[in-house]
Amino acid sequence: MCAQPAPEPASDGRVVLDARDITRALTRISHEILERNRGAGDLVLLGIPSRGVPLAQRIAERMAAVEGYDVPVGSVDVTMYRDDLRMKPARALLPTQIPAGGIDGKVVVLVDDVLFSGRTIRAALDALNDIGRPKAVRLAVLVDRGHRELPIRADFVGKNLPTSLVERVRVTLAGVDDTDAVTIQGVVGQS
Amino acid sequence: MTSTTAYWVRGVRILDGDPTDLVIANGAVWGIGVRPEEGAHQEVVEVDGTGLVALPGLVDLHTHLREPGREDAETVDSGTRAAALGGFTAVFAMANTEPVADTAGVVEQVWRLGREAGHCDVYPVGAVTVGLGGERLAELGAMADSAAGVRVFSDDGKCVSDAVLMRRALEYVKAFDGVIAQHAQEPRLTEGAQMNEGELSGRLGLAGWPAVAEEAIIARDCLLAAHVGSRLHVCHVSTAGSVEIVRWAKSKGWAVTAEACPHHLLLTDELAATYDPIYKVNPPLRSQSDVEALRAGLADGTIDIVATDHAPHPHEDKDCEWAAAAFGMLGLETALSIVQHTMVDAGLLDWAGVAERMSYAPARIGRATDHGQPIQVGAAANIVLYDPAATRNVDPTESASLSRNTPYRGMELPGRVVATFLRGRPTVLDGKLA
Amino acid sequence: MKRHLLSAADLSRDDAELVLTTADEMRSLADRPIKKLPALRGRTVVNLFFEDSTRTRISFEAAAKRLSADVINFSAKGSSLSKGESLKDTALTLEAMGADAVVVRHGSSGAPHLLAHSGWVRSSVVNAGDGTHEHPTQALLDAFTMWKHLGESRPGGLEGRKVAIVGDVLHSRVARSNALLLRTLGAEVTLVAPPTLLPVGIEGWPVETSYDLDSVLPKADAVMMLRVQRERMHGGFFPTAREYSRRYGLDGKRMAMLQDHTIVMHPGPMVRGMEITADVADSDRSVIVEQVTNGVAVRMAVLYLLLGGSEPSIGETE
Repeated sequence: MCAQPAPEPASDGRVVLDARDITRALTRISHEILERNRGAGDLVLLGIPSRGVPLAQRIAERMAAVEGYDVPVGSVDVTMYRDDLRMKPARALLPTQIPAGGIDGKVVVLVDDVLFSGRTIRAALDALNDIGRPKAVRLAVLVDRGHRELPIRADFVGKNLPTSLVERVRVTLAGVDDTDAVTIQGVVGQS
Repeated sequence: MTSTTAYWVRGVRILDGDPTDLVIANGAVWGIGVRPEEGAHQEVVEVDGTGLVALPGLVDLHTHLREPGREDAETVDSGTRAAALGGFTAVFAMANTEPVADTAGVVEQVWRLGREAGHCDVYPVGAVTVGLGGERLAELGAMADSAAGVRVFSDDGKCVSDAVLMRRALEYVKAFDGVIAQHAQEPRLTEGAQMNEGELSGRLGLAGWPAVAEEAIIARDCLLAAHVGSRLHVCHVSTAGSVEIVRWAKSKGWAVTAEACPHHLLLTDELAATYDPIYKVNPPLRSQSDVEALRAGLADGTIDIVATDHAPHPHEDKDCEWAAAAFGMLGLETALSIVQHTMVDAGLLDWAGVAERMSYAPARIGRATDHGQPIQVGAAANIVLYDPAATRNVDPTESASLSRNTPYRGMELPGRVVATFLRGRPTVLDGKLA
Repeated sequence: MKRHLLSAADLSRDDAELVLTTADEMRSLADRPIKKLPALRGRTVVNLFFEDSTRTRISFEAAAKRLSADVINFSAKGSSLSKGESLKDTALTLEAMGADAVVVRHGSSGAPHLLAHSGWVRSSVVNAGDGTHEHPTQALLDAFTMWKHLGESRPGGLEGRKVAIVGDVLHSRVARSNALLLRTLGAEVTLVAPPTLLPVGIEGWPVETSYDLDSVLPKADAVMMLRVQRERMHGGFFPTAREYSRRYGLDGKRMAMLQDHTIVMHPGPMVRGMEITADVADSDRSVIVEQVTNGVAVRMAVLYLLLGGSEPSIGETE
């Protein structure tokens, strides 16, 4: 009852990443994180709901396959930390699940589907602030579409996707949606 | 009182009759179906009576004028202005003033204030018990013998609940042809009561005022009145069960009369769901079936009269939470419209019936011999001219009352009082105070 | 625009379920080192208590503070109210102070309704218990507690679950709000009381009624015992406290009639030995302490959903 409305089928847009592209991107991100971190020790993956959460889980699965070690995975809801909270009716909250070991002294990797203005990540950093004090915070995103409005950048990017401001980037993920895909939709019919 | 001005009301219907001309002069009905005699009057004022109904001046057996004591809510002057605008030529002023009208001095004061104001005749009601305390009889005889000539006695606002005291009161007033007007409310069954007891009171969490608390007292009082052979008048009958009991008492031939209030003929307890204390009244608004029983009882004569229970309250006593608010609502200026709407337009009463329920019968019960006379040549000209085809939106700020607690605010009601004549003198003309 | 929570009847099923899921998120806050969320930063919540109720007031206060709201407590004791200042004047004062929400507890049924509709204040009004009328946030916390135990893990939530509410229904705002809300959520409510403590016209409520506790207990999934106030004992509603306890009290023997999963609830404060015995109140089935914990989470959810956004997401439509 609190899930965000499912996106419409992506058929009307241009597919820029298909299922295999996404799988490859996630595998690469997993390796990059491990390499940068020199292993899986101290890592905590926190997905930003809704689609950051299954992405974080997939990355953790790949890490487990490589390292033979279960990286703690959780989620952090940023709804109440958004700077546009007062501009829309009060929104349903999404789950915040902090793994049992907490985040103090850990390397937290925030995982989200699309990096755009950077405002969601800023909100996530504020949310983390109320949860604990990580040793470091990194950011992994499936797609970076540009147009940043804050001084924020991703550490791990599945695909850089130059877009126009009027275009919409949609990520669908099997498990949440029908299939894995990233599509760009134009402005037709949109205002 | 006589007037040298003649009023020539042209084309007016007297009750349900055909249009005719009515000439009012020298304080009386000078002629019907004729024109004023040339030179007989100093001045002749023509009134277009087309579409108007002439009714005998209305008599309200149940009015709260609040003076002395609560002149912030109403005065004899302001209350009788409202009465005149509502078509009344006589009102009975209830005794629950401060001080209580339980002595000859207080009733004479109210009576005198009425005469001075001059908008309509004021008949003070005397309290049955000292200070409305329900413990010992007030000096009923002294009030009867006073200049006010009190004939109606009531502790209205409170019930004479003690059976022995009620019996004595009923017996005692026989000496001067008085009547006890009972506020029928069993006090123990209505402790803290806020609204009609029913499904809604349970839902709203407001303490219930059960119908049985009214009906039990009415039944007892009917039996007492029969036992001692006295006249009993039942104030503001509000339930279907009460109508049944009065009907039964009348079938026995007992001297029981009863009144219904306009608000009980129209409004129901559903309005309490607003928690707006404008709808808080005692007895409370009841259910739709009670409303229908009251209308039927009024139509068949079980309920003898309509009385307003006009109860002005200052703004702050209604602009608060329900339980803290005062009971009561205004009624004088809207009574005739409500009766037209609920009874005449509904086909339950004709205008002759309205004259009986709102003029002849209340005057009879209260022994107001100057009032409640049919409109006929030579009779005192206490007359109201009423336009049943008019409509109006009730605007509380337009009321002549000092208070604003009308439950009909914003409602569109039929009818309009065009003129009121008190012994031939217009107190209202063109719908405005003359 | 939706602005107020005056009655449990103001909540649709979607509204009520949104409050429950939001409260579930809020509850997890209790496990974190910093028990604070920024959602109501800069908002002012006034607790306007005309009746003593320390429990409800501190629950609302904790909820508002955990959401970073500024909280002003205004209680009748020691204030101008005892000098006869009216509800209206108090409301106008609060309006002048710029309250975003007024949480009102009042001895008169309908007082929050009046506050919301009088035009005296522009803020959201939350009913924290009015007279013998309603107490919607208590019903929400009760429903939340039941949902955690009886509804969360099954489709339909509380749909079809049987809830017995036992005791002084006539004077209980908790019973009224619970009956309405649980019905909205699909549960089946049975009100159990001596006939003197059931309101006239209860046939019209969307509930079953019974005078016989023992016949209701074996089927119940949750049993909620209502407090019997001292003053009722002298009002002639029942002969003696002992007879009441014998017929309508929940003791160990009656508790043995319950199904294994059945929970025992009480809105507090309890009269131990009267409507509930100490062994029942302290038993494993008792969720009474949990109700208190959940109260804060549910009130956080209500305040967040009413005040967190540009306009409220639940409650009565104006």
